[in-house]
Amino acid sequence: MASVTSVTSTAAAGSAGGGGRPSWVGRWARGATGIVVFLLLTEAAGRLGIISRSALPLTSSVLWRTVLLAGSGRFLADLGATVEAWAVGLAITVAVGVPIGVLLGSVPGVRVATRAIVEFLRPIPSVALILLVSLLLGPGLRLAATLIVYGAIWPVLYNTIAGIDDVDPVARETHRAFGFSRLQTVWMVSLPSAAPFIGTGIRLASSVALILDIATGYITGPINGPGIGAYIAQESTGADDLTVILAATVWAGILGLVLDLLLTGVQRRLLRWHHARLGETE
Amino acid sequence: MRWQRLSWAPRWVVLVAGIACWQLWTSAARSSFFPQPSAIVARMYHLWFSGPAAHLFLTADATGNILPSLGRVFAGLAIATAIGLPLGIALGRSAAVTAYLNPLLQFARALPVVTMAPVFIVLFKLGTQMEIATIVFGTVWPILLNTIDGAASVDPVQLETARAFRMTRWQRVAWLIVPAALPKAFAGFRLSLSLSLILMVFAELVGSTDGIGYEMSNATNSFDMTLLWSTIVLLGILGYLLNELLAGTERLVLSWHTPHRERE
Repeated sequence: MASVTSVTSTAAAGSAGGGGRPSWVGRWARGATGIVVFLLLTEAAGRLGIISRSALPLTSSVLWRTVLLAGSGRFLADLGATVEAWAVGLAITVAVGVPIGVLLGSVPGVRVATRAIVEFLRPIPSVALILLVSLLLGPGLRLAATLIVYGAIWPVLYNTIAGIDDVDPVARETHRAFGFSRLQTVWMVSLPSAAPFIGTGIRLASSVALILDIATGYITGPINGPGIGAYIAQESTGADDLTVILAATVWAGILGLVLDLLLTGVQRRLLRWHHARLGETE
Repeated sequence: MRWQRLSWAPRWVVLVAGIACWQLWTSAARSSFFPQPSAIVARMYHLWFSGPAAHLFLTADATGNILPSLGRVFAGLAIATAIGLPLGIALGRSAAVTAYLNPLLQFARALPVVTMAPVFIVLFKLGTQMEIATIVFGTVWPILLNTIDGAASVDPVQLETARAFRMTRWQRVAWLIVPAALPKAFAGFRLSLSLSLILMVFAELVGSTDGIGYEMSNATNSFDMTLLWSTIVLLGILGYLLNELLAGTERLVLSWHTPHRERE
């Protein structure tokens, strides 16, 4: 069990809750203070010459450029393309990964049969396929989505299997004893019980998807490809000025944060009943 | 987990059958994009593993490209661990400091790290320094955040007991906090390991003069599909071996901590 929960803890890291912590307001105030102090310190280091201005631009100019980028049509189009590829890739990943995970989790025979292939496909770093797949498909949405599915499916698959393994066998057998078919039992008992694991897998998959999305754009799109990665590649060819690259990076970070918060929110909303039910039975 | 108890024999049978299907399909399809696995293996052997016995059968191409890549992965992970583990334990024991840093940490974790590679290219120029910086920056967050989480989860009763027994601060760290943090830290390592391979390849693709990623980009430019597939298969094998190495280390380290965990 310990090894299973540790799979889920990765995405939950940082949200280490628990009693005895400062209130919401206190945490927000401290977090905001932390950000402001960080920005002031880096700005001061730049102005005082502790960090050479020729190496790193001033924090204030990066932030100003970040704001300006929000008004740039070309950048917004690239941002939209990145989000689109992320959404399409992640949707396919979930639509393919969860059913396969349920199948592998519920039918031991299939799991044994496919295990070797899964174990030898999974470690191939997905960026290693960018060049090959781009030769086959050419740059664009199909390329990014294909690579995202390959790279992001593993956390979904593994967490679904772990979730199905974790289903209470008594609940499952009871359901079966009432005459429900195997498929109905999967739908009504196994999937709901595995839902929190699957949710964590999807959040891990989301961050992998964003990395691949941007890496693909960066490698295949220096000329006219879509996405933030391509934007950064186009802006950084031959440029020594980091301001616009850092500003685009800030947007990429904000995007990562927003997408993660979005998924966490959806997960909380969808699984609200889940915690309540656990509260009742335990 | 149940997977680990299954015998090895069926796994290999299925793998061999899978490769046989791949061989049959590629020889029937005759696509220049999909070379036959036998050709890939032959190429891998000639290119990398047909060297003199004194060099462990590695060729000059292997020592010139595979070893630098592995060196960067290990160096990057070692530096990330040296930063993330102690810092994570310190921050995990201080909820107040963590509250100040939390938004910055979350932002750094959410940042798709490949965007930092161009920044490091400008800061460090092309080469090993830039590649290691990219790997460190990408892999330190999972280790750091998971260690914080683990160190924060120490049972307060155990800590009070330790104080009552007059254990010193360093004894408490060594006997309570580190063992409590390690299982979560290892979950972070697993994520960091696969990230480090991704970042190694990415950094070598965008700015390197040697390494596996550099060979890949050469293969693409000269449209040498067999070489491109060879590098992909090689990365899969290396990834598999590194994962096994980590899993073995984890079993070794955590088996010795299991009593601690079971007592919780």
